[in-house]
Amino acid sequence: MSLGALISGDRPRSRLLAAALIAILIGLALAPFLFPGTRSVDTAARVCVFIVLVASYDLMLGYGGIVSFAHTMFFGMGAYGVALASVHLGRGFDALALGSLAGALAAALLAALIGLFSLRVRAIFFAMITLAVASAVAVLVSQLSALTGGEDGLSYRIPRALTAAAKYADGKVLGVRINGKLVNYYLVFTVSLILFMVLLRIVNSPFGRVLQAIRENDFRAEAIGYRVVAYRTAATCLSAVAAALAGATYAIWLRYVGPATTLNFEIMVDILLMVVIGGMGTMYGAVIGATLFVVAQNYLQTLLAAAGAALAPVPALPLLFNPDRWLLWLGVLFVLSVYFFPTGIVGRLRQRQ
Amino acid sequence: MADPILRLSGVSTDIAQYHILHGLDLEVPEGGVTMLLGRNGVGKTTTLRTVMGLWRARAGTITFEGRDITALPTPDIARAGIAYVPEDMGIFTDLTVEENMTLAAVSGPVDPDRLDWIFATFPPLRTFWRSAAGNLSGGQKQMLAIARAMAEERRLYLIDEPTKGLAPAIIATMAAALRALKAQGASILLVEQNFAVASMLGDSAAVMDDGRVVWAGAMAELAADSALQERLMGLSVERA
Amino acid sequence: MSAAPDHTPTMAARGLGERLAPWLPVLLVPALCLAGWLAIPSGSSWLTLTVSGLAMGMMIFIMASGLTLIFGLMDVINFGHGAFVSVGAFCGISVLLALGGWAGAPSLMLNLLAVLLAVCAAMLATGLMGWVFERVIVRPVYGAHLKQILVTMGGLIITEQLILAIWGPDAIFFSRPETLKGAITFAGAALEKYRLLAVAFGLILFLAMRGVLRTTRIGLIVRAGVENGEMVEALGYRLRRVFIGVFVAGSALAGLGGVMWGLYQEVITAHMGGETLVLVFIVVIIGGLGSVEGCFIGALMVGLMQNYVAFLEPKLALVSNIALMVAVLMWRPQGMVPVVKAK
Repeated sequence: MSLGALISGDRPRSRLLAAALIAILIGLALAPFLFPGTRSVDTAARVCVFIVLVASYDLMLGYGGIVSFAHTMFFGMGAYGVALASVHLGRGFDALALGSLAGALAAALLAALIGLFSLRVRAIFFAMITLAVASAVAVLVSQLSALTGGEDGLSYRIPRALTAAAKYADGKVLGVRINGKLVNYYLVFTVSLILFMVLLRIVNSPFGRVLQAIRENDFRAEAIGYRVVAYRTAATCLSAVAAALAGATYAIWLRYVGPATTLNFEIMVDILLMVVIGGMGTMYGAVIGATLFVVAQNYLQTLLAAAGAALAPVPALPLLFNPDRWLLWLGVLFVLSVYFFPTGIVGRLRQRQ
Repeated sequence: MADPILRLSGVSTDIAQYHILHGLDLEVPEGGVTMLLGRNGVGKTTTLRTVMGLWRARAGTITFEGRDITALPTPDIARAGIAYVPEDMGIFTDLTVEENMTLAAVSGPVDPDRLDWIFATFPPLRTFWRSAAGNLSGGQKQMLAIARAMAEERRLYLIDEPTKGLAPAIIATMAAALRALKAQGASILLVEQNFAVASMLGDSAAVMDDGRVVWAGAMAELAADSALQERLMGLSVERA
Repeated sequence: MSAAPDHTPTMAARGLGERLAPWLPVLLVPALCLAGWLAIPSGSSWLTLTVSGLAMGMMIFIMASGLTLIFGLMDVINFGHGAFVSVGAFCGISVLLALGGWAGAPSLMLNLLAVLLAVCAAMLATGLMGWVFERVIVRPVYGAHLKQILVTMGGLIITEQLILAIWGPDAIFFSRPETLKGAITFAGAALEKYRLLAVAFGLILFLAMRGVLRTTRIGLIVRAGVENGEMVEALGYRLRRVFIGVFVAGSALAGLGGVMWGLYQEVITAHMGGETLVLVFIVVIIGGLGSVEGCFIGALMVGLMQNYVAFLEPKLALVSNIALMVAVLMWRPQGMVPVVKAK
């Protein structure tokens, strides 16, 4: 199978972009060896999951031209699927598989329902209705604490083979222990890579092209004979399934789910920012955006704290540079990106060619 | 010959990626009825909308009473003295007939004498004065659309297919109203598919094809020459 | 000129069902009250809940009315509308707290004066903010829905964060002015004075708004503009200016709604705007985007539903309103009072 076929013929069309993508791929593939340490491997796993999450969101926003505020809900459905299955069926691979599938199925059904209800009237209803449904679900999850653990979330056990307790070789390879945690990372990496390539396949298929035609001019697409609502609903469902599977993967990695790691509106804002900064309407934008953002996020709050301390003598400013106010700066960055940088990093890189 | 009240020179208009008008030249003489003729899709409606500024000319200039209005915002074009009756009539169906008329009189309440004249021309409007305009029949809506344009004195009327789909009796009412407007000294640019109506009302005519005016002259000349009609407008002209 | 030819005008005869159809949505409010009465065992609880549901509905209507008109007039969907609610509440309540002496005095006059000043401050601040918001955030993305949603949502996030930076991260608890505290007892039910006042005030505001929309020229322009803005411009009106006016007025109303909401809850948080935005969206969707009447009916229904269900099964309050929205959309996909759009 040629490289072209693997990436579905969607070439980066920019040398710098190609180099960055290869660097990210290698970096993630070898993360446990290149950046040993719990925190950096955690970050790498988070990058993998968010690449899929952001790419699946871009399928809706960048390719389908519809805004959803329920993507974290779908993400959460996959994660809670794994968590609930592991809690109720006991630890085991069957629980993980069943939980992931159930979560993905539920996400697909809900996405189809929301899509059919809102998209058949107007595309903007979708944004409003997803916002309403997502907040209702978030409230429900935090209130049904008997089932979901409420705000505390759920901790559960995953198969021993995926935990640090399982040792697969004596000693270390390149200074890294070959244990279940490493296997778990590669599970996350592989699943994410496959999901990403499937998404790449989808957007470069005839289906993806119709979707883009609809984004450009839904009126005309309808006139040509495409059933706009059906296409958009299908895109929503595919996107929701991918998000749920990303959530399931993340849940397996974290061995914990809670509103803060999956359903929180702040994560929704993160996703929006990653899509816009990376570049809407290109799957590679998701890779660049998610990688940059997740890595930066780890250090941004430290940076803000430093800025706040440096500005301490000036009245009022420290309030704005308080580490708790990092969402403020993300918001500003987001608005400015949408205005001045609508094609994102990938768009800029491609322009230079 | 006196200066035309409206002159379009070299006007080109695009709608999205489609070029609809290509260097259109058109003159509307003052005080008469000019018929804008041509097959469907040659750009007649686009011409009227471009004059009103509802679509913007990419090139060319539009002058009204000697003043360049090409780049003016739509409301300013209207206030310069141009009334526009679109093909879909643009009736506010949620408003009553009275409210539609109130809005049409931009500078204040409708003059009572003028209102009497409008009622005399279109009696149903008096009957349904306080009903929602959405409940009017098609012909009554068209009456309201013309009446709205008549609510205040305007120098030029742009009217898009006022007789489309109407019964002959109502067409006669429309024709009478337009003649009355002309008698008051107004100029009218009328898009019309019904050739009988066109030849009855028109003083001059301009025939369009593919975004340009391909023939302009006296309406009587065109009406008398069926070979010319055939050549300019093909068989799609309705003959009443 | 020739006389008009014979023409006997007739209105198309309409059947009873067709005549009744426009009134069906109005009847849904008493129908919901009745359903609540059947579901709630105690009559006095029902009355208390109905009053607080109506009060809540009135407040949501005040917040939502601007949003629905802004959309109807210019096809602008403002996700930042919630920001005005929060800012209004914080400005208004700050003024009220500063006037603690007046608000705490057992004098109706002084209390009302304090509330009035608070409301004025809130509406002034949010009106001004609306003007800036329209210029800076909305105007550049005019006509592009996708960017509009993203950018106005960004505006909401920024505003929430600024409130947190200015007023601090904690919720502000306070109590209502003296004479607005307490309840009166009617038919065995305790009815809070403030809620009754909110119902009366909301009703007056709705009627006033309706009056402006029905009788003034500017109201006619707005109503006509919702249906066919192009034609309004072709008649000679600068719809842009009217739109800016509506945007500012709508923002100020959202600010007013924020103060009233704050007084109702006796606590304000930076996120209250975002939270109420969810209800506001449900209301404008079920009401029919662009329709003030639909918005009013929708708001009352959402308020009643929220209170009845919160009494019966607290966890399902918000979900019940989603269900209400789904039900309405199944019945009328364009909302209860669909707005005629020329385009």
